[in-house]
Amino acid sequence: MSSRDLVLGRLRAALTVGAHGPVEVPRDYRHAGPRDLDQLVERLTDYRAHVHRVADAAVADTIADILPVGGTVVVPPGLPSAWLPPAVTVLPDEGLDNGRIGAADAVVTGVAIAIAETGTIVLDGSPDQGRRVLSLLPDRHVCVVRADQVVATVPEAVARLTPHRPLSWISGPSATSDIELIRVEGVHGPRQLHVILLP
Amino acid sequence: MPATAPAGVGQLRGEEPFPAAARRSLADPQLRRNLRHATTTIRGKSAAVIAEAPDWEQLRAAGAAVKADTIARLPELLEQLEAKVTEAGGVVHWAADAVEANRIVTDLVRAAGTDRIIKVKSMATQEIGLNEALDSAGITPVETDLAELIVQLGGDRPSHILVPAIHRNRAEIRDIFLRAMPGVDPSLTDDPAALAAAARHYLRKTFLSTPVAVSGANFAVAETGTLAVVESEGNGRMCLTLPETLITIMGVEKVVPTWRDLEVFLQLLPRASTGERMNPYTSMWTGVTPGDGPQAFHLVLLDNGRSAVLADEVGRQALWCIRCSACLNVCPVYERTGGHAYGSVYPGPIGAVLSPQLTGVAENTSLPYASTLCGACYDACPVKIDIPELLVHLRAEVVESRRRPTAESIAMAAAAHTMDRVGWYEAAQRAARLSRLAGRRGRGLPPPLNGWTVSRDLPDAPAETFRDWWARR
Repeated sequence: MSSRDLVLGRLRAALTVGAHGPVEVPRDYRHAGPRDLDQLVERLTDYRAHVHRVADAAVADTIADILPVGGTVVVPPGLPSAWLPPAVTVLPDEGLDNGRIGAADAVVTGVAIAIAETGTIVLDGSPDQGRRVLSLLPDRHVCVVRADQVVATVPEAVARLTPHRPLSWISGPSATSDIELIRVEGVHGPRQLHVILLP
Repeated sequence: MPATAPAGVGQLRGEEPFPAAARRSLADPQLRRNLRHATTTIRGKSAAVIAEAPDWEQLRAAGAAVKADTIARLPELLEQLEAKVTEAGGVVHWAADAVEANRIVTDLVRAAGTDRIIKVKSMATQEIGLNEALDSAGITPVETDLAELIVQLGGDRPSHILVPAIHRNRAEIRDIFLRAMPGVDPSLTDDPAALAAAARHYLRKTFLSTPVAVSGANFAVAETGTLAVVESEGNGRMCLTLPETLITIMGVEKVVPTWRDLEVFLQLLPRASTGERMNPYTSMWTGVTPGDGPQAFHLVLLDNGRSAVLADEVGRQALWCIRCSACLNVCPVYERTGGHAYGSVYPGPIGAVLSPQLTGVAENTSLPYASTLCGACYDACPVKIDIPELLVHLRAEVVESRRRPTAESIAMAAAAHTMDRVGWYEAAQRAARLSRLAGRRGRGLPPPLNGWTVSRDLPDAPAETFRDWWARR
């Protein structure tokens, strides 16, 4: 007998004991809430992300301020070019190797969605966000969030996302609390998370 | 037939009973200080973010219902998960027990042509003793979670589900790094940021050069075939993204029916576990994605005693557990003894009910007693597992599983026999009255029953029984 049949057989036999049946799941928890950009900013800041609230036209200047002078920036293939300041070296991801991605000063991405109550941004691999590795190896992650991408709650986010895409939910920069429960930012992922929030 | 987890492999059985192991940790003041600090801190953080969620009780009720529903339909959900993962380009393996799971992983690693793997912290791989199995097959497993790395380099064992090195303070961690981390800077200080940076430096090259990673899973969605791992450090994202081959091992109970169910657990888990509104990183993937991440994905579905847990109508709710560890942090027993005393990778209240069920209670008889039944664990559980009820249920099973009669069981059986027979009963009462004259008043019972009266007062037999009094009237 295959292990598949063995395991499934054991589980079926186990369920012949006792009463059980389909269980109705109560869904009376909160599903949606008002879009509260101030709350998003507060929660992101609480997780030690840097938040910049600027107008559309100011994205490039804001990024220039975040980066070291003459820095290098990895960008996913579909990133709006207007976001990038002129004085940086841009590395478009056309199959960049991990060494070059990791050595860059920053990556700039868009986001799929942001959740105000939890201070979370979600990337789903769309062209303005790119492969997962892009937002993982560089030490700074700069992401641009439009106000209409912000939802209040986790259920709203789950309803809007597509499960078949690779998803990265990011709440603040990489962090550990494994040593005496003292929070330290930047273990293996980016040490800095910058969120540029547009109106 | 349901089968329990096999002995001789993995980490579900302690080498000594809980009371003996607990006595040793109780005598370690440093350990108790570290534990008290940690559990108190996490409790406070967790309470604060739970208070922010006005619908916490509704979320708990939904979480419990999803889990009850999952368990009732486990075989069909697993078949659905298998179909969806396969459809998305993954390969599904079934492991009846720890031995088989270890063999599957070892074979997959060998087939990938490497002798080193990187690992995301995972309870399932600790449960089956994967690291030991890989070591003996000549494959080096590298733990990448900071706490697991501390445990691995220290030649130690994890003592908490969430923060495995909770029993170590910064000075101890510095010493471990200086002793065991290759290439470490000898001037390393015990500042937590410096220690984390040392781990980052040590692991970066390993992340970038190791072709196979092994992870566990927090959730697997039957409806879509989507797997989810929650973490903080980014070591999880590294392992789930960089290698060519990803092997994920999950207990069969980790499946949830629908994509939408994640909206419940992604709120419950971080708040109950680390006391955060959301953990820094949650990764979700479905099979393989061309051009992004591992191009080979293997999912190992593990039984290892879970079917035996499922076969117990009362005990099966232990399978609802989402490994948040909230019950550890509120438990007065765990806070004083620490995780090692439980002898299993699952310590604390949930470990006291899960481990004996996975192994069969006869092999873990002391754990159902490792509790005061105060009920704090039930209140803290985000999926409402009634751990005190399970403890009592398992204590009864322990009593029944004992083959050799104890002095207590002989006495009780003798009492039952006597009370069934009026003549014997009257004689026994006269004998009890005689004991007043036999000089044992206030000194308890004679051996071997004196264990009973060491911690209890033995009431004096009355001068006249009710039956004598009634007859006299």
